Amino acid sequence: MKPGSTAAACAALLRRDLVLVWRRRGDALTPLLFALIVVALFPLAIGAQVDTLRHVAVGIVFVATLLAGLLALDTLFRGDYEDGSLEQLVLSPHPLSLLLACKIAVHWLTTALPLIAISPLLGELLFLDPALRTLLPLALLLTTPLLSLIGAVCVALTVGMQRSGMLLALLVLPLYVPVLIFGAGACNAAQMGLPFLAPLLWLAAGLVLALVLAPLACAAALRISIS
Amino acid sequence: MPTSELHDRPALLEARGLSFARNDEPIFGPLDFALHAGETVLVEGDNGAGKSTLLRVLSGLLAPTEGEIQLHGEPLTLANLSPQVALLSHHNGLKQELTAIENLRFAAGLHGMRQGLSSVSALAAVGLDAFGDVPTRQLSAGQKKRVALARVLLAPVGLWLLDEPYANLDRGGIELVNRLLETHAHRGGAALITSHGAYAYTSGAPRRIALRPSDSRVGVGA
Repeated sequence: MKPGSTAAACAALLRRDLVLVWRRRGDALTPLLFALIVVALFPLAIGAQVDTLRHVAVGIVFVATLLAGLLALDTLFRGDYEDGSLEQLVLSPHPLSLLLACKIAVHWLTTALPLIAISPLLGELLFLDPALRTLLPLALLLTTPLLSLIGAVCVALTVGMQRSGMLLALLVLPLYVPVLIFGAGACNAAQMGLPFLAPLLWLAAGLVLALVLAPLACAAALRISIS
Repeated sequence: MPTSELHDRPALLEARGLSFARNDEPIFGPLDFALHAGETVLVEGDNGAGKSTLLRVLSGLLAPTEGEIQLHGEPLTLANLSPQVALLSHHNGLKQELTAIENLRFAAGLHGMRQGLSSVSALAAVGLDAFGDVPTRQLSAGQKKRVALARVLLAPVGLWLLDEPYANLDRGGIELVNRLLETHAHRGGAALITSHGAYAYTSGAPRRIALRPSDSRVGVGA
């Protein structure tokens, strides 16, 4: 009697989570619509002054993306916690951190990647500087996985509590601030013609660190949450 | 299997002075018992006696407050336990949006599959062969329990920890659980099941462990 391979377990988990997102695709679209609505409201509120909007475009896109991610964050482990699947994950013979990394990957793929895909449109709504058309999605590509990984650790800590939304926001926002500063900072620097590579490299370094450490922290936090 | 032969081998699972307290409030114990291969042991107790907590402690999800648990004579950790145990808890661990078969396929991917079984044959074994493609959401509570039992049956493990396996089941379902437990014991597996006494384990005479709330009186009898 021998358990299956870890690769098979990860593949099964990835497939299951993707199917689940597809079956609830209405819910999965919420963060995308949220970001689109927030960004579309700014020109209406500020007025169609091209220079003003262009000046704040990067900031608005980043904040909208961050808040949309926060909106979707609580669903990361909530369903699995409530129906007992999480216990089964913890009891599986495979490394929990690896399984959780798969869950976070699916979460990022289904909530953040669509946002990155429509980020040129979001930029266009705010008269984004044409020079930033490639840099903005690139900066988001480095920022959003970092946000997902940091957020996952906080969700893992709070999943055992009822109505943990407010606590989660309080926990996660201070950790999101540096990521926001580096991500938006790189784009702002590029807009002003300053060197922008350093903040992007900092983000990349942070992402590598988080890729290794966040799933481990997540696993430890979840073990505490379900006991 | 004669009892004397059973007890010559080291116990599959052994608890010594096991107790659990939550916020200094004792939930159960201290308990001493051993579970050997080929045995089915029934944990009996009223609501709130700590049956589910005992199972969660034995599955490694909760750390005992005092005492120790040994698995094949070695101290229990999640790492050495998880390839050997299947837990059926209050939550069935099934995804409502997935069909019964999809749930079982996922479980097989996660925990591995018992030789000679497949998701389809496990579902047939619990009498749900006609419901494989029905979303779990549309199944009744008893049918969901049966799917969860199929998941336990599918896992290639020797130790079953079943929390209230009889709950929600009809007469046929109760007989099914007894039959599954008997087959499992015959192939050398062991099972610890809980019951609050309303459902009887009918076949054979399993050993019983009686749990009483916030109390250390423990009776172990045949």
